[in-house]
This record gives sequence, structure tokens and C-alpha cells, in this order.
Amino acid sequence: MTASPSISIAIIGSGGSGALTTVNFLLEVASSAGWHGLFTRTLGPQIRGGEAAGLLRLAVHPVDCPPDQFDLIIGIDWLNAHRFGAEIKAGPKTLVISDPRGGEPPPMVTQSGAHVVEIPMKEMAKSISGGRPNMIALGIASRLLGFTVEQMLAPIAKQLSGKGAAAIEASRAGIKAGFAAAAGIKLDVKLAAPSPSDARRWLLSGNEATALGAIRGGVRFAAAYPITPATEILEWLSPSLAKVGGILLQAEDELAAINMIIGSSYGGTPALTATSGPGLSLMIEAIGLATASEIPIVVVDVMRGGPSTGIPTKSEQTDLNIAIYGLHGDAPHLVLAPQSVADCLFTTQWATYLAEALQTPAIVLSDQFMGQARAAIERPADVAFIGARAVATDMSSAYKRYALAPGGVSAMAIPGTPGGQYTADGLTHSEFGIPTSSAADHLAQLDKRRDKLERFNYGDHWASIEGSGELALITWGSLTGAAREAVGRAAADGVDVRVIAPRLLAPVQPERLAAALDGVKRILVVEQTHSGQFHRYLRAHYDLPAPVRAFHRPGPLPITAGEIHRAIMDWR
Amino acid sequence: MSSVTTRLACKPGDYKSDLKPIWCPGCGDYHVLMSFTRAFAKLGLPPEQITVVSGIGCSSRIPAYTSCYGFHGVHGRSLALAAGLKVTRPDLTVVVASGDGDGYSIGGNHFLHACRRNIDMTYVVMDNRIYGMTKGQPSPTTEPEFDTALTPGGTGVAPFHPLVVALASGANFIARCFSGQPNETADVLVEAIKHPGFSFVEILSPCVTFRPDEQDWKEQVRPAPVAATNDQGKAARRLMTDDGFNLGILYRGNRAPFQPAIGVSSIDLSELEKDFEL
Repeated sequence: MTASPSISIAIIGSGGSGALTTVNFLLEVASSAGWHGLFTRTLGPQIRGGEAAGLLRLAVHPVDCPPDQFDLIIGIDWLNAHRFGAEIKAGPKTLVISDPRGGEPPPMVTQSGAHVVEIPMKEMAKSISGGRPNMIALGIASRLLGFTVEQMLAPIAKQLSGKGAAAIEASRAGIKAGFAAAAGIKLDVKLAAPSPSDARRWLLSGNEATALGAIRGGVRFAAAYPITPATEILEWLSPSLAKVGGILLQAEDELAAINMIIGSSYGGTPALTATSGPGLSLMIEAIGLATASEIPIVVVDVMRGGPSTGIPTKSEQTDLNIAIYGLHGDAPHLVLAPQSVADCLFTTQWATYLAEALQTPAIVLSDQFMGQARAAIERPADVAFIGARAVATDMSSAYKRYALAPGGVSAMAIPGTPGGQYTADGLTHSEFGIPTSSAADHLAQLDKRRDKLERFNYGDHWASIEGSGELALITWGSLTGAAREAVGRAAADGVDVRVIAPRLLAPVQPERLAAALDGVKRILVVEQTHSGQFHRYLRAHYDLPAPVRAFHRPGPLPITAGEIHRAIMDWR
Repeated sequence: MSSVTTRLACKPGDYKSDLKPIWCPGCGDYHVLMSFTRAFAKLGLPPEQITVVSGIGCSSRIPAYTSCYGFHGVHGRSLALAAGLKVTRPDLTVVVASGDGDGYSIGGNHFLHACRRNIDMTYVVMDNRIYGMTKGQPSPTTEPEFDTALTPGGTGVAPFHPLVVALASGANFIARCFSGQPNETADVLVEAIKHPGFSFVEILSPCVTFRPDEQDWKEQVRPAPVAATNDQGKAARRLMTDDGFNLGILYRGNRAPFQPAIGVSSIDLSELEKDFEL
């Protein structure tokens, strides 16, 4: 048995079986012990019942992408497991624990050559007063991964503290029974020990990280309309904003939500809303209003499969086009994309800072994969990006809200300021904000809004750039993690690849990308779309100085490091 | 209305901007603007403490004609924008201006929810029963037989009753005015702004260009024969049975306005991290 830097576990069960809770306990225990981890869920559209699977990857390094295949799969039952068969890949080295009374394992398991061991988890649970099969499964997983029963009990005792000693005792008995039942069963891999670290450790979802980043950046108002997979951002913001003196208001629809945040920001309170594709479509008109009237706002789009209702619970990168090109008229604005659960915090905070500094809307393109994944990470470093807009205070001369100031940013009067009265307007306006259809005013204000975005120095945060190979892999968003892992494997094969992942998608940074591409001989573009939206975007705005190949496919299955590795190795 | 320091010697002219309105000569909206400035002067509010928010349409041009802060937003969404402003800036006096197309058609859903939410603001709809800015199409308050290029022979669809909708949805103050009576309208606006919660004021404001027949409104309007009630049942019967020309304050509710606490708590941001620490 070899020590592996990472290990992947899937626990499958029908709704209510506790499969997801079990995986969450494993993640908590492993991250307390110093490992990194990523927990994603896969489930059907049902609210209760149906089938659910918890997918967990533990590693000695940060984990930002799904595994190619699972080392351990525990099927509490297999009733509808074929639904996500394609996502839970098994192989000859996979160990499968199956309850003989839980139905037949699906073909993806039986045909993989995996080693199947039967343990009657349901029956064992019945022999324990208050026993549950998922606790048996947790005991099995504990032993196979090298954890003790007592380690597992700590988070369980915390969670069940309100349910009394009997519930905790039933869990302990279940874990012990599972632990005992796993005696003599061998898992092919052993997770390497974590490197010691003093860093404080966090367990959070990308959506929660996004919300925290917004508050750190200065957001104190949010308008909310529920939509999968963005709702967790709003649900975390609601009590958290109240704690810092802010407000969340539930809107009647996305049209209201976007206009509410424009109203809040106009009044001087930095504001955000979070949505997904269908909601972004509804918000687009008012995002144009914020562009024209120069009101800073932050709109987070947690992308899901599209078009239309699409696949609400699965990830895609297919809102790139609407985020960049969706607004009518010439409407420059910011589009940013975080690259991991941890980076959701940084990028949203930075987006808030930029929106305020540039008095413009910022669209943050997160996605379902990182938004709803829970990750065990080291506490991200604090950054100094705190939103502060230019506010007009000197009213000694006639105030021009849209003055043609150097750099394009003009000081904004906040209602209540004597002498600063102006009407914010979506109509083309003069420097005073007065509606006009004059060609000179129209051009001057279009120039102003373009220049303030294009002349701003975004610094090194515009992209993550690693490596120096002659093959450049350009990707974005949550695929960055899988791309990095693929590049690591390619390096082990003797192929050097540089990874370039823009965090700032608009305005485009042609000079910076040209510098990053210096000396490349081949370019591989990787994205999760059917139509190659990112590839087309790169072609439209950037000079790509070498032959380009594009690897792209739609959701719902996440793109793995293995797929990207093959695309790299196919083009040497 | 928020508590403000009253300034002495405020004149209606103090609330007027230098901009020349784009309205047609004789448009009822000129008188509405006059009512706005008279009401603001009577209230003695500093202009910088008032924000006038609007959507799209002839009536929605009104913010820039005042000397207050203003927001001329997108079509139909003024109430939502105003809600975001008022809950975060409860110190401001927020007046929302709209028309029958902007407010009742494209903005209909926000109308329901603004009434229900009952945030302390005043919603003024200048109803001329026509889309004026796009040159004469029927609105939700246009008579079914009114002939237009878009609907030859009329829509054949009965108009809806905004005051009844407002009452059913929870508006806390409901009044009807006629633009041709700017002093009476100003008095009603003063009451509407002072009344806590969501106040809805419909102002019949004739369109001289596409609805010359509305010139007759001055003969048809009359003060409502009975005083304002706080009884929703009575108000419902009265509004359902009136002919649309009874003027005055028709309903004064006593629901508490919706205003979530703001700026009350202010913990250190690092406290929020406790949710994630292991």
C-alpha cells in the first residue's frame, strides 16, 4: 500500500439515509486533523427523498477539483444510484462497500472491476437501539481511512447535543459496529499524513466565502430573490449583514432585487444581489441603468446549466456571454470570476472594491461547483480591498455629477448633501446629469465610462499565472483547480505547461495577456461550455500568438483533471 | 415622513429646477409639478432631504424638474429602487412618481408588493389612461372601447381599479386628486408624505394630445362625499362603487411601516469568521 497525497470517497444513499451528513462528518474530522478537503453533493431535483451522494476528496494540499475516480464507494443503498453513475467513476482499485439489502450496485460499479465487499449496514443498525445505517457507514469509512471512533464522535456529539445522550450513544454504537465490521478489509491507498501547519482552518462553501467577501469589501445592503444554486449566499448574508449594521431585503422578483440595490447604492450604501442565469437575464436591463447612471453595484451569478431553466443543480460556465455582452448599448462594466472556494472570498471582495472605486456594476461569475462545494481550507489572508467611492463634498461651484474628470471617475453626491442635488438618469446626459441627445455629450460620456475602466490599474490580481512551458493552458473560473492538477500530472510526465486563468474578464487586458503568453508555441483553451464561449471571447479580444486548440464540453458532469491532462498530452 | 428640521420661508420656487419640461402645452403634469413644489414648501423640507424616484414615461420626467435629489430609472421599477433607497436611508423623504403605464402595467407586480411591504414613502401615479410618450397606446386604465392604432376599435378589455388593488394589497393611505386643482392636490400630498407607511396618491392628469376628451374631467370630478375611513371594509365598498371621480383622502390605515433595523449592531468583521472556524 502506498501513501497517496489525496483520497476520494463517495457515500450513496436514498434521501433521508444521512449519506450527506456522514460525508460532512468525515470532512470535519479530516480537516481538524490537518487535511484539506472538498465536499460536493449530487442529488436529483427532489426536495426530500430520492437519491443523494456525498463526494469527498481529502488531500495534503488544497483541493479545488473533483477526482477522476473514487477510491472508496459506500452504498448504503443503490435505489437510484444509476442517475449519477457517470459522476461516480470506479476502477479496478476501487473498494465498494455494499449493503446486500440495498439493491444491486449500478453497472458503473459492477463493470469497473472494483472490489465489492458486502456489509449488512441496515441490519446492523437495526440491532442498535436508535441505530442508523449511515453511522455504520461512518464507522467503516473511519477505519478504512485511518480515523478512530473517538475522533468521529467529537463533531457528532456537538451536532446531536440538543438530542440527548441516547442519540449520541446510538451514534457511538453504530460507528463502533461499522468500525469492527471493516476489520480485515483493505483499501488500496492510504492518505499521506498532512504537513504540520499553524494556520487557522476554515470549513465553508464557495457561496459563504462569496458572501463574506462582499461584507469585507463593504457591502451593507443585499436584495434577495431565491434561486438555485445562489440562495446560500443570501441566506448567510441575512443574519450576517444584520450583525454588521446592514440589511437584507427579500424582493418580489429579480427585477426588483437589482433595482433595490441600485437604490441603496445611490443612497450611499454599497449593495449586492446574488442570482443564477435566469435571474441574471431579468436583471440585465437595470445593470445597464447602473452603468449609465454610474452607480456601483455587485451582482453575483452562480452559474448553472443553461439555457432556460437548464440544470439548476449542476455547474456550467455558460453565462460568460451574457455577463460580458448582455447589456444593450455600449455599456462597459466589470466582469470577474473566482477560481476556487477560497478565491470566492477574495474575488468578491475585490469586485466590491472595484465597483465602488469605478462607480460601475461588477458581475461576479461564480458557479454551482464551487458555490455549493464545502471546502476545508486554511484561513485566507486578509486583503486591503475595502470599497470607497469618490464622494462629492465640496459644493462651492455648481456641482457636475458626471464631470469629465481625469481618469473618468467623477465624485458622487450622496442624497442629503446640500448643494449636491442631481437626478441620476438612464437617459444620455450632460456633465450635470441633464438629459440630452447631443452628439458631443453622448460621445463624452461614453468615453468617460470607457476610460475609467480601461485606464485603471488592476495589478497582478487580474489573473493567476503559473509555470513557463511552451504550451499555455488558458482557462477560467472553477476549472482553474482541475487545470492546475492536470498541469501537475503533465509535469510528472515531463511536459511543462503554463496556466493562465484571468480573474478579470472585463475590461479585457490585452497587454497583460500578451506578456503572459510571451514565448508560447501552443495554446490550449479549456472551459465548460458546449459552444466554446471563452474560446470565442479570447479570439475576439486578444492576440493569440500561437496555434490554438480548444477543449470544451457542457455540464452537468464536472470536467476532471484527467480529461484536461489527456487534452494536454494529446497536443505535445 | 422622517423627522426633519423645518426651515422658515420655504417657497415653492425653491423646489423647482431650471429645466424646461418636455411636456406638451396644457399637460396635466405641469400642475402636478406645481403641487409637488407647493407640498414640499408647506412641509418645509430641505430639498436635499427629498429624493424623487421615477421610471419611464411622461410623468416620470418629473424628478429633474425639481431641485431635489432624483432618480430617473428604468421602466416600471421605480418602487423597487425607492425601497432599496428608503430602507437604507430612512432619514430621507422618498416620493415616487409614475404613470398608468409605468406603474400599473410594466410595474404592476412592484405596485402590489410595495403596498404590502408598507415602507414609509409616497407613491404618486399620474393617470391619464394612455401611453403618451409612445404616442397613444392603451394602458391598464384605458376604457375598453377607446380606439387606438395599436387596438383598432378598442381593447375590449375592462380597465383595472388601482385604488382597489392598492387597498387589497395593503397600502396605508389612499387618495385621489385632480391635476387641475393644484392647491388641493398639494394638501393631499402633504398628508400623504406625513402619513407613516406606504401612501398611494392617484392624480387624474389629462393628456391633452392623445386624450383631449379628458379636458372634461374638470366637470366630472367632485370632492368625495364622505370623509376618509380607516376601515378597510368600508373603504373597499366605497372604492369598488365609485365612478373614479371622487377626490380626496379615501383611506387612512394604521399599519406600522416596515423598516428593518439598520446600523444598530456593528460587531468586528472577524466575528463573522466564527461561522467557518473549526
